[in-house]
Parts: sequence; structure tokens; C-alpha cells
Amino acid sequence: MSVTTIPAALPMRTRTARMTDVPIIPSAILAIAVVVAIFADFLAPHDPQVGLLTARFKPPFWMTGGSTNHLFGTDQLGRDVLSRLIFGTRVSLVVGFTAVIFAGAVGTTLGIVSGYLGGWVDQVIMRVTDAWLALPALTFAIFLAAVVGPSEMNIVIILGLVYWTRYARIVRGEVLSLKEREFVRLAIVAGCSKWTIMWRHIMPNVINSSIVLATLMLGIVIITEASLSFLGVGVPPPKPAWGVMLSDGKQGLMVGYWWLTVMPGTCIMLLVLAANLLGDWLRVKLDPQLRQL
Amino acid sequence: MRHYIAKRVGYSVLSLLLLSLTIFLFIRLTGDPASLLTEPGASAADVAAIQHKFGLDRPVWVQYGLFMFNLLRGDLGDSFYYQTPVLELYQSRLPHSLLLGVVAMGFSLVLGIPTGILAAIRVGRFWDSAGKLFALLGLSLPSFLVGLLLILFFSVYLEWLPSSGSGTFWHLLMPAFALGWYFAAAHMRLTRSSMLEVLGSEYVKLARLKGLPEALVIGKHAFKNALIPVLTLAGINLIQMINVAVVVETVFAWPGIGRLLYEGVTFRDFPVVQGVVILGGSMIVVVNLLIDIVYALVDPRIRLEQ
Repeated sequence: MSVTTIPAALPMRTRTARMTDVPIIPSAILAIAVVVAIFADFLAPHDPQVGLLTARFKPPFWMTGGSTNHLFGTDQLGRDVLSRLIFGTRVSLVVGFTAVIFAGAVGTTLGIVSGYLGGWVDQVIMRVTDAWLALPALTFAIFLAAVVGPSEMNIVIILGLVYWTRYARIVRGEVLSLKEREFVRLAIVAGCSKWTIMWRHIMPNVINSSIVLATLMLGIVIITEASLSFLGVGVPPPKPAWGVMLSDGKQGLMVGYWWLTVMPGTCIMLLVLAANLLGDWLRVKLDPQLRQL
Repeated sequence: MRHYIAKRVGYSVLSLLLLSLTIFLFIRLTGDPASLLTEPGASAADVAAIQHKFGLDRPVWVQYGLFMFNLLRGDLGDSFYYQTPVLELYQSRLPHSLLLGVVAMGFSLVLGIPTGILAAIRVGRFWDSAGKLFALLGLSLPSFLVGLLLILFFSVYLEWLPSSGSGTFWHLLMPAFALGWYFAAAHMRLTRSSMLEVLGSEYVKLARLKGLPEALVIGKHAFKNALIPVLTLAGINLIQMINVAVVVETVFAWPGIGRLLYEGVTFRDFPVVQGVVILGGSMIVVVNLLIDIVYALVDPRIRLEQ
């Protein structure tokens, strides 16, 4: 019996050892953000889209004129800033995660197909990737948003269309070396079809890189969404996106209503910082070769 | 060499073609390109003129041919709002963007290079960690947020700097810093890794063996060589900067290309939006091509590899 318990215990120990160096603060920030996004309806003290015009530009509670009824103050329409921040977390995370997954799915698939099939398929996919990479991401996103019009769904599609190229590049490079490996050749000898090899043998081996890239992209995507919303081509205004809040807050900035800028700004910064730190950590964990980068 | 350049030029032309095709197709994907290309509330005659100019009632490949024909003539259409050709508008805004870009680049290099060097010669110690924190903040603070915070601090509280507009040196400071900030992080990271590589090289070891003082080893031998990749990146980033400046220019009402793009979006001025994207993308493709060619001229390893 003891013979079976020892190997069973070993992976457990290494796993716990590995989990101890998870960066705590970024993970906590992300976890809190996810909880806030899920339970926004219960956590928000007020309706984020309805305000009282008699209670406009109320400062946070610790300043004179502020009240605990609106902990972080109110905006130009008298809407509760805290409630808008809470619902804004949902917008940022939903858009961020779905866009990153969408871009990842498209980019990884095209990267695998391009790298494995080679030939003219590879040429076509890589030339398109090059051309799209040449376009500055934000400008391209603004162009697409101007063409299709703003909505949350469209933003996800736009961000996916803009950012899939990075996955395709990296995944293709990995596939090029993977397809020379023994297990792929054996699969060919065993008579597997090209699609089976790509799906069953190659994909599981490149998914790690895609996940690392996705974590690193999360911060970039959240910033791009905020930028687009700030410019008025992202999430359409009545919805409480952080970028929209910053854009609204700009009017009040010159008269000193700092909380309308600093509050959503801090939220963006914390979330992006957390995503970047986690991404860096994952990159080192999952790909020791990249440690030098 | 000639073969290499021909190949690079070929790829660039292909990139430009694909770029134009992408933009062309996206405009058609929405269903009715005429509604994008004509002013909201345009008369039936105006719509008919646009349909004729772009051949919207003819097969798609004819439409693409006409689209390219107009592009190659430099005809990007007229702005609805300004009633002038888009190309002229672009040219009038470009100097402002270049000025902002150059000063922002200056900021990013002044911030990025010394911190990168400091992090490399103190690797694993306080300055290295401080540098990492700085790089992380640079990547996590969007430039428009930096811009807004700068306005809050320097314009609203201290009342030192003008919050928007252009014309004087003081107008330039905050937008340039906000734009340079993001790139400073990238330049710091590259300086650090490039410096670490150079510090591990044989000639630096030799310089140390000769007994040269450390300041001379770093300042004269290592620094110059470590700088090459950083300056190359800076050159590429300068073009990127002009193109990504849209949010910063909007925050500070700086009359550059980014602001033009923003105006195009807000006024539903589609020819402007399309023109800025096409010209911006082309600029990047051309600059990348020039960099590749210069590299091949300078470094024989690159052209022999091909």
C-alpha cells in the first residue's frame, strides 16, 4: 500500500509548493473584481444609470459636503459613482475576457493551421497577419467601431479582430518546431488525419502559450476598451463603463471634481496592473525559456 | 542584395494591398457603403454621385479597382465637416503630430535609458526592482489617464500649465509627457536587457581586465553598443506614437492627426476616418521597409541570411 501512496503524494507536494508563490495581491485584486462583477446587482447601493439632478457633483464622504449615502460622490447627472464603478467592473471584465478568448481562439486556430499546413495557406495567413500588424491597433479599432457602430458586442468583435494576429504569430512559430517532433510523426504514421493531428496532438501543446499571451493581453484589451469608450466609440454612454466615466468626468476636471477622474482611473490601473503581474508570473512559470525576455 | 530588397519591397506592396483590401471589405460588410461615404441627410443626387464614383452598383472587383484608382491618385475623398480634401487636412495636421511625437520620444528616452542602465548595472537590487515597478506602471497606466492626472495636478491645482490647446512650449509639455510615458517603459526594458547582454560580452570583460575604471567601461564601451537596439526601437516607435496619440491629443485638444481621427469619429466624417487609417498604415509599412533596407545595407549578416 505504501508503494502506491508515495507516488500519489509526490505530485501533491510539488503542486502545493508551486501554488505558494502565486502573486497574492494581483490574484486578490482579480478575484475581488470578478466577485464584484458577478454580484454587482447586490453590491451597488444605487441604480448606476439613474441619478438625482438635485444631487449633482457631490464629493466623496470624507470631504465637506459629502455624505455616506454616496460614498464616492456623484457625477454630473447625480448618479452614484460607487455604483457606476461596480457595474463598470462588470463591463470591463466581460468585454476583456470575451475579447481575449475570442482573439485567442481565432489566432490560435489560424496559427496552428498556418504552421502545420505550411505552403500557400501559411503564406496567405502570414501575409494577412503582417498587414494587420502594420495597422496601429487603436486606430484600426476606431476605424472598425466607426464602421459598425458602438455596442458592447461590437467592441468584443472589434478587439478580437484587432488582436488575433499576436496569437497567430507566436502559435505558428511553436507549431513549426512541434511538427518535426516524434509524436507528430508517429501520429502521421498511425494514419491520423491532418485535422486530428492539429486538434489532438498540436493544440494541447500550444495552449499554454496562448493562455500566457491571453493573460498579458487582458490588460491591453481593458485599456483599449477604456480608450474606445473614452473616445465615444466603445460601450455606448448610458452604460457605466470606466472609459465612459472618465470621458464624462473630464468636464468636471477643470473645476476640481477630481473624484470623477481619479476613481475610475484607479480602477483601470489596479485591474490592468493585476492582469500584467499575473501574466508575467504565468509566463515565467509556464515558459522558462522566456525568463530572459 | 538586390534580390533581398526586391523581396522586401514585394512584401511591402503586398502588405499595402492587403491593407487596402481589408479596409475596402470592412466598409462593404456593413451593407450600404453609400450611407457611410455620404453626409448624413445627403440629397439623392449626392448619393448617386458617390455611387457612380465608387461604382457601387457594379461588381465588387470593379469597385475595388475604382477604390484603388482613387487611392493611387491621392484622392481620399473630401471631409464632410471641413469640406476640404482629406489629404490636405492630413498634411496640415502632420507637423503638429510630428512635433508632439519628437518631444514625447525625447521624454521617453530621457526617462527610459538612464533607468534601464541603472537597473542593468544594479541587477537584482533596489534600482532594478524600482525600474521593474516603473516599467509595470508604464504599461498599466493608460496614457489618457496619465494625461488627465497631469491636468488635475498641474493645471487645476498648481495652475502652472495650460490644460489644452497648442501654440506655446508650455502647451506641449503635458501631452508629450503623457504620450512618452508609455513608451518610456518599453525603452527602459529594452535598455536593461540590451545593457545586460553587452555587459556580459568579451570586450567589456577585456576593458575591465585592462583596469579601466567602471564608469569608463559602462559609459564608453558598454553604453554605446547597448544603445543601438534602443534607438532602432525608438525610430519605429516614433511612427507608432504619431498613430496612437489619438487619446492624448483628444485629452489635450492637440491639433494633430489623432485629434483629426477623433473629430472624424465624432462628426461621423467617414472619409476622414478612412483616410487617417489608410495613411497611418501605409506610413508604418513604408518606414518598416526603409528600416529593413538600411539594416541590410549596414549589416551583411541580414542580407546573407535571406
